[in-house]
Parts: sequence; structure tokens; C-alpha cells
Amino acid sequence: MTNHWADIKFADVIVVMGGNAAEAHPCGFKWVVEAKAHNNARLIVIDPRFTRTASVADVYCPIRPGTDIAFLNAVTKYLLDNDKLHHEYVNAYTNCAFIVKEGYGFADGLFTGYDEALRDYDKATWDYEIGPDGYAMLDTTLQHPRCVMQLLRKHVEPYTPEMVERICGSPKDKFLKICEMIASTCVPDRTMSSLYALGWTHHSKGSQNIRSMTIVQMLLGNIGMLGGGMNALRGHSNIQGLTDLGLMSNLLPGYMNLPTENEPTYDSYMRTRHFRPLRPGQTSYWQNYSKFFVSFAKSMWGKAATAENHWAYDWLPKLDVANYDVMRAFELALDGKMTGYIIQGFNPLMTFPNRGKVNAALSKMKFVVVMDPLQTETARFWQNHGDYNDVDTASIQTEVFELPTTCFAEDEGSLSNSSRWLQWHEAAQPAPAEARADMEIMAGLHRRLVDLYKKEGGAFPDPILNVNWPYELAESPRPDEVAREINGYALTDITVDGTPIAAGRQLEGFGQLKDDGTTACGCWVYSGCFTERGNQMARRDNTDPGDRGIAANWAWAWPANRRILYNRASCDPQGRPWSERKKLIEWNGAKWVGFDVPDYGLTVSPDKEVGPFILNPEGVARLWTRALMRDGPFPAHYEPFESPQTNILAPKIQGNPASRIFKRDLAQLGNSKDFPYAATSYRLTEHFHFWTKHARVNAILQPEFFVEISEQLAAEKGIVKGDWVRVWSARGSIKAKAVVTKRIKPLMCEGGPVHVVGIPHHFGFTGTTKPGFGPNSLTPVVGDANTETPEFKVWLVNIERTTAPVGKPVA
Amino acid sequence: MTDYTSLDIVQRSASTEQPPTVRTKTEVAKLIDVSKCIGCKACQSACEEWNDLRDDIGENIGVYDNPQDLSAKSWTLMRFTEYENTGGELEWLIRKDGCMHCSDPGCLKACPSPGAIVQYANGIVDFVEENCIGCGYCVKGCPFNIPRISQEDHKAYKCTLCSDRVAVGQAPACAKTCPTGAIMFGTKEAMIEQADERIIDLKSRGFENAGLYNPAGVGGTHVMYVLHHADNPELYAHLPKNPKISPLVQLWKGGFKIFGLATLAFATIGGFFHYVTAGPDEVPPEEEEEAADAADHHP
Repeated sequence: MTNHWADIKFADVIVVMGGNAAEAHPCGFKWVVEAKAHNNARLIVIDPRFTRTASVADVYCPIRPGTDIAFLNAVTKYLLDNDKLHHEYVNAYTNCAFIVKEGYGFADGLFTGYDEALRDYDKATWDYEIGPDGYAMLDTTLQHPRCVMQLLRKHVEPYTPEMVERICGSPKDKFLKICEMIASTCVPDRTMSSLYALGWTHHSKGSQNIRSMTIVQMLLGNIGMLGGGMNALRGHSNIQGLTDLGLMSNLLPGYMNLPTENEPTYDSYMRTRHFRPLRPGQTSYWQNYSKFFVSFAKSMWGKAATAENHWAYDWLPKLDVANYDVMRAFELALDGKMTGYIIQGFNPLMTFPNRGKVNAALSKMKFVVVMDPLQTETARFWQNHGDYNDVDTASIQTEVFELPTTCFAEDEGSLSNSSRWLQWHEAAQPAPAEARADMEIMAGLHRRLVDLYKKEGGAFPDPILNVNWPYELAESPRPDEVAREINGYALTDITVDGTPIAAGRQLEGFGQLKDDGTTACGCWVYSGCFTERGNQMARRDNTDPGDRGIAANWAWAWPANRRILYNRASCDPQGRPWSERKKLIEWNGAKWVGFDVPDYGLTVSPDKEVGPFILNPEGVARLWTRALMRDGPFPAHYEPFESPQTNILAPKIQGNPASRIFKRDLAQLGNSKDFPYAATSYRLTEHFHFWTKHARVNAILQPEFFVEISEQLAAEKGIVKGDWVRVWSARGSIKAKAVVTKRIKPLMCEGGPVHVVGIPHHFGFTGTTKPGFGPNSLTPVVGDANTETPEFKVWLVNIERTTAPVGKPVA
Repeated sequence: MTDYTSLDIVQRSASTEQPPTVRTKTEVAKLIDVSKCIGCKACQSACEEWNDLRDDIGENIGVYDNPQDLSAKSWTLMRFTEYENTGGELEWLIRKDGCMHCSDPGCLKACPSPGAIVQYANGIVDFVEENCIGCGYCVKGCPFNIPRISQEDHKAYKCTLCSDRVAVGQAPACAKTCPTGAIMFGTKEAMIEQADERIIDLKSRGFENAGLYNPAGVGGTHVMYVLHHADNPELYAHLPKNPKISPLVQLWKGGFKIFGLATLAFATIGGFFHYVTAGPDEVPPEEEEEAADAADHHP
């Protein structure tokens, strides 16, 4: 979230789209209820199903799954056509005036530079026109045909309310009513909060879904404002921590990149990471990249990383492909190229696309290690459970190791929530039986590998033998020891801005990091979480002195304990709050002061004209994103890879033209004739993924797998509520009970009525609930063009009435 | 579940003794604001956990309601209703079902077992299972169809309004757990004030008939609802519009009881008098025979 949970109570309009906040986040949702009860806020829900969030909304609008960009680009068009912008904000704080170089364009659904064979773009034309002074050129009159504002107008031209009806099936009157409500927040005194989650990210154009709302929020001036923002509601309690620490295959901690094989030296790696300002005087904070990177290297390799060996750059793996994401991993496994897999705290058999492919891949591996506190289907992928897991056990040679781990209540450590708060928690009870903390298991594995390498040598032992391992007990590092490493500390006596810091002392923040090897820091954005004053994450003072929903001494937020990102944008260029009612910070003549840590140089005066978006080389927010996204600098409507309808705006294009799809998965895509209905998958309030089916109380609340269909589809198929139904796709087949409901209605789109089939997660063949299936038995192996997050939110299925599945009792 | 002393009891089933009136207690109430409820079932979960209940794991019969009905082991239940309103818009009405803790409780009136059902001065109606004979009259007597008889011990069970928690100054488990504050707890007066605020807000959002459900027919209740459509409570999974104790129960425990007792008394007294006056005049058949024999044998 750019803002945070409690901030939502200050919103005047809340849009829940691309998520189901009440069901997925019942506790966080209290802030929406507060906003309605005490701020007269209005709640808008846009969703293929009328959810429990919709049940408390002021307006609900249906939408065909996978068409959010069409809807939101049409909102942008509405705002531009009706002049509902926060003009001063847009002019001063976005790149609306930047001129784009000649050669950039968009036609027939494609941006310039597309290579169909590679499914990729040559993005050379996606940049600003640079002037003789080396800076990007502007036209502040916004008339230049190639200025971003004019390009934006042109880009959203086709997205009329009529087009929304044709593509999304959303009724025009509902759409326009929503536009009016959204537009009401273009004035400084009113803000809108966008709450979204997997309903946007689990698409082959997920990143662009989010982008399309970001554009709306920038035009309205809602970024950096109280009750505003782009608010991603994360799933797992520490999924934010996972992404912050760079646990994606192509990242390093703190959102730095793992080098690729095209960057064989440290110099070649840094060459594209200078992030020089694109406008005079801008901060462009990523210019400090080398400080973050070198400090990280020192925390990884300790003394072994030196200036001479370029901070042990050679010891970092170099990516030979863009991403070793989960879909690639299973593609490799199926080809026999990945023969072992350590599965730590997830359940691929039920959560990765195309379960049949996952099962086949697991069956081919030599060994699989499952680290989990609970019994998972993955650990039992080889076991025949009748219809629920119809495998030939005798033919599977994979050796499966189960290493029981602690669960969160038996662990000490921090959890990073959606609000970017790092909250430290203690263990409530010790681990049962043989279960061990994940950290202990990983440390154990690491120490044994080190011993083996020392004894037997190997192809390249250096990175493993030289990992910095400064823990009191090598086989059992303590969470606080790791937290201190992540915060960062001085390696020798140093001086920062005149302040001396003794060797070994914890640092106060990333502002103290150096690129000369004198500081170490595991994750620069977390620097400040564990200082000389102690564990900031363990603080529990919930005083909110400004009555802004900001308790600055409750836990610790990254970065720098800042609670609302981009809060400089809450003031005008002169440093006065746009709205006194929504004041966050202000310039007092000498420095920035207020209720939150300013997201800006503390003493940088307004007359210096430094933009509020200090991470961007432009200094301003990007309506048009240059070459930063693989599939385009503007969001364009693309159909899902399996769709009941062709792309009206670009009929020749299937799916997202820049999404990667492996040949065997392309061959397994279904067509709308065999599979006429649009399925979507989602989560229920009563369960958390595949954990709570093991808990009796949760099982009582939602005992059995079901699918949801409209009364109309049920009537067509002769299905009555409670019947057994079979749902199948080009990849698999499942059985479920039918919930027949008014909450799903056929969507009247261009090609005719589109029926949505809703398929929830949570059920499998282990646990206390009745055995069931997951939607992943049916979904295609294709994901977002930027992140490879799989497309779980829309694909094609067929449905019929059937008999109950037959299980097989297993000892 | 009585953690109260006898001084707190203001009514007791099947008893005619005058209850104590020396001690006073403020009436409490639980306010369920259906417009804030997101149907998450945390309340169901909290009730199971607090009361150490574990109901059976059922199956999905095509709805979100789980379990399908209240039971001796599920004292509260979210009931989901899909309603297409007069404007053609869909509403998903989700109501938390459970004991209403009536001021004039039908269960207590119908119960034939002394002290099996009690009402405290604060308004809570509690079952005292050790005095329960499992006859099921309370189920018939309840205008809301709430109490359920256990198959295991043949006692009646229902929501206790967490009388044990309230006795030590805590809110009921469901109220404490509710993530959106849809369930509030406090004095009845404070809850009515809360409700007034909520109704103003609902009316501003187009719910012209929003109101408080606190039915007079049972003397008012200590569990109240804020409803979007207070003019039509039946929409919410058959919440009765004008609940009152069934006239059968009223009669059975009222007029019929007096009539029955009077009949019993009359029959007893009548029988006594009949014996005293007419009984000794009757000659038993054996003596008749003996007399006939004696007459035959004496010429």
C-alpha cells in the first residue's frame, strides 16, 4: 500500500476492484466500515460476482473477468473529457508535459517495436525526447502532439461508455454513476482510496491492470494524500516481507535486480543503474543504488567482498533468462532439467497452474523436500486418493522428504503487512515434536553443504564457503541476529554528515549507507528497523497525536518509518497543504514538519522545485512509463488468453502480446466453442488457502468444495442448488457441489451473454473438510508479462450435472 | 450457564415464588447492525471457541449458510438471503440468527421444569441445563424458533449472551470478535442511541425504511437488529414481523392451567364427597350374595 490500513477511514470514496476486501481482509475492512460510518464515505464495488464486499457497498457494478483495463481507461477518458482533474497537481507532479520522442506509437493493439516471434518489444522508441541540455523536454501548455497528456487522450479515445458495455458487460448507467462518484475526488478536499489484490494481479496483464487505476489516481491528485493512494491488500501475513527481501528469482533484497548474463562485470551492471535525473535538480534517489548494492554485498560475503573483487560480484548468479518463476520451474522439471525441489511453505500441487502438469513434473523429479507445519497435497502427490488424486503410485519414483516446521505461533520474528509495517511477534508456544524453525532447517542445510564442499570440493565452492555467517550458534541463527544484519551496521569507524558512528554500531537508516565497503546492510529499505535504540519493530505505542490514523511509535514501517508514501504531494508546489482538513506535512519556512515522516529532503525548500516523487529520475509521477514495463507505457485492453470473446479493439491479438507462454502450454489452450463459460477463482472468508481446512472450526463454517453459477446458467443446464456438477477445461476436470445464485448474472457483452463460473480455493484431499479439488486443476500456464504471476482469474470451462466423485480411503 | 447468584434472577420457569427484588441491575443489550455485517462468520467461530463447542462438519447443500441450522452445538448462525429489491438491485442480506433474549420470554413461560430457564435482572435469559427435562416445550414456546435439544444429553441449548463473560464485565465473545463492529454490546439505552445514529446514516444512503428491530410483542428484546428494511423483517430469513408468544402457550400456562387445576381440584373434592355421601350406601356384590345365600338357607 502507498498508504496504510487505518488511513482508509479518511477516504471519501473507496473503490474495491480487483479484490474482495471484506472477504479476504475482514479485520482490515473495519477501516472501510469506519470511513462509511464516520466520514460519510461511499463504497463502490466492481466485480464479476456480487461478493460480501458488495453486500455493504453503495454501488455494485458487474464486470467481465479480465476487462478491468477497458473499464478504467474509460474512467480516464471520462475524467479528461469532463475536465475532472486536479489540474495543479497533474501539471506540477506528473509527467503530463514531458515530450515523447518521435517514433513512439500505438496501433492495432501494439506499441512500436513489437517482435511477434520473441513476444517482446524493442523499447528504444519508448522514451522522452532529450534536449541539448541532456534533460527531457517539456511543453507546459500541454498542446504538443507528442506530450504525454496528448498521447494519453489519444490512447484512451476508444474507451467510451458504449465500449465498456460491449467489452465488460457493465451497464452504461452504472458505469457513468461510478465515474461521477470517482470524479468527485478531483478536488483537494476529497480523496479516493483504491483497494485491490489478486483480482488484478492474477492476470496476464496484471501489472497493467494496476497501472490503469494509478493513472486515474494521478489525474485526481489522490497519491500522497490522506485517505488516498494505491492500496494493494497483500495475502499471506508476510507476503510483503517476501517481496521486500527479494525472494523472487530475479531480485535482490530491497527491489534491486539480480544481474543477468549480459552484465558479466560490476561496471556493466552499474552502467544502467546510475539513474541520472531527467530534469534539473531532481533527487532521483535510486542514484544511491551502489550504496545499497555494496552494503548488501558486505552483508552477504563479509570480509570476502572487497573493492578489488568488485564486492564479490562474480559470486552472484547471473540470470540466463528473465525469470526462474514457478511456471518455468515446472516446465524445466517436465523436461527433466530440474530434478530436485525444495518446497518451503507452499503447496504447488494445489496452487500452481495446470495441476496435471505439476503432478507430471513432480513425478519426474528425483527428490522433493517439503517443509511445512501441515500436511499438504504436494507432499502426497504420489498417493492415490481415487477421483481426488488419480495417480499411479507404483510408477512414481520421486523420493519425498517431509521436514515439519514451526507455524507462525511457534516462531519469533517480524511480519511485514500490507501497510509496510514490520511487526515483531514472540512465539506463543514451543514447536511440537520434531518440528523446527525454518531458519534452523536452512542453517542446518547450509552448514552441511559447507562441510561437503570443504571435504569434496566442487565446481564453484567460493560463494558457498564465503557466505558471511556471523551467528552465535551457526546451526541456529536467532531472528534478532538476522534482523540486526538486515538493518545494517558500520564495519569500521565512519562519519556520516559529520556524525561519527563507531564500528559495529547499528545504523539509523539507509541515508547512512556507503558504497566503499564500510557499511553492511541486508535490505536497504528495512534500514532503521533495528537500531542502537533497539528493535523498532517491537514498539507498541498506539498513540495517534494528530488524529490522522498515524501511530508513529507502533512497530516500524519501511521506508524510514514513513506511513504514507509520496506525502510531499499532499502539499502544493509552495509547500502548503492542498487541504487543511487532510494536512499531512507542510513547509514551515525552515523544514518540512507534520504528522508523518516527510517523503522528501527535510530541509529542501519549495523554491528548489524538487518534485515529490523522489525515486523517479523525472521527480514526478509517470502517466506514461517509458520502457519500464515490458508490455507498454500505457495500459491497453487485452483479452485473457482463454476468452469467450475476441479483442474488439485488436481482433488479431490473443491474450497479452508480451506474455511468455511455453509451446506445450500454448498447445493446451482451449477455445470458446468447447469451453463456452468464463471461469474465475477466488478465496472465501472462512478459510486461508490450504491451511485452515485442517482446522475443525473453519471446516464447520465452510465444509465442502463448491462452484457458483447464475440461476440462468443453472436453468440452461438443468442444475439445481446442491447438485453435483463437473467442470472441465482443456487441461483437467473437477467435481463440486453447485451453489446457484442471483449474485452472478450473465454479462451482456459484444459476443452475447457471458456466463461466469466461480471456483473457490481451499479444498483438497487432506484436511478436515470434505475432500475436494482446486481451481488450478483447470487453469492455463501463462502469466503476467512483467511478473509471471499466473492467470488464475479467468479462463474457459464447460459444466454439466454429474454424480458424486469417488474417493479412496487412505491409511 | 449461571454464574450469577439467585439474587440476579427476576423470573424462573415453572415457579410461583416471588423472586428477589432488592438488587438492581442495568439492562444490557447486544446490537447487531446488519448493514455493517460482512457475513464473515467470525462470530460463529468465537461462539464455538468460547463455549468449547464443536459441531459436526456438514456438507455444502448449495448455499453459504454453514451449518444449515442452529443446534445444541451451534448457538449462532449467519443466514444469507439474496433479495432483488423494488429498484431491481440485488441485496445480499446476512443476518446473525440466535436467541433474542426477550423481556417476555416464551421459552420460560412454556417450560414446565422449575428453574430450567431463568431470566436475570440485566435481561439475559439463560438455560440451567441441570434442571432441564428435555421436553422441548421451550422450542415450541419460542417465537423465533431458537432453542435446540441435544441428541447426546437431551437438554435444551441456546445462546447465553455470554452470561459468564457479562457477569465479569466483559462483552460477549461474538461482539469482541466481530471485525467490523457490526455486533456492539452495552446498556440497552446506549445500544438504542447507537442504532439511532446508524439509522440516520442508512436513510442518507437511500434506505428509507431503515429501523431498529426491538419487537414490542415480546416486551422488547436484549438482542436487537438495525435493519435496512425494518418494515419487512421477514426478508431476513423469516425474522418474524410481529413476534409474540404463541396463544397456545399463553393459554396452556395461563387459562388452561387454571382450568386444568380447577378441574383437578373439583374432581378430587367431588370424588371425596361422592364417596363420603354415596360410597358407604353401596353394597358390595359379595355381601349381596352372602345375604341371598343366608336367606335361602334359613327357612
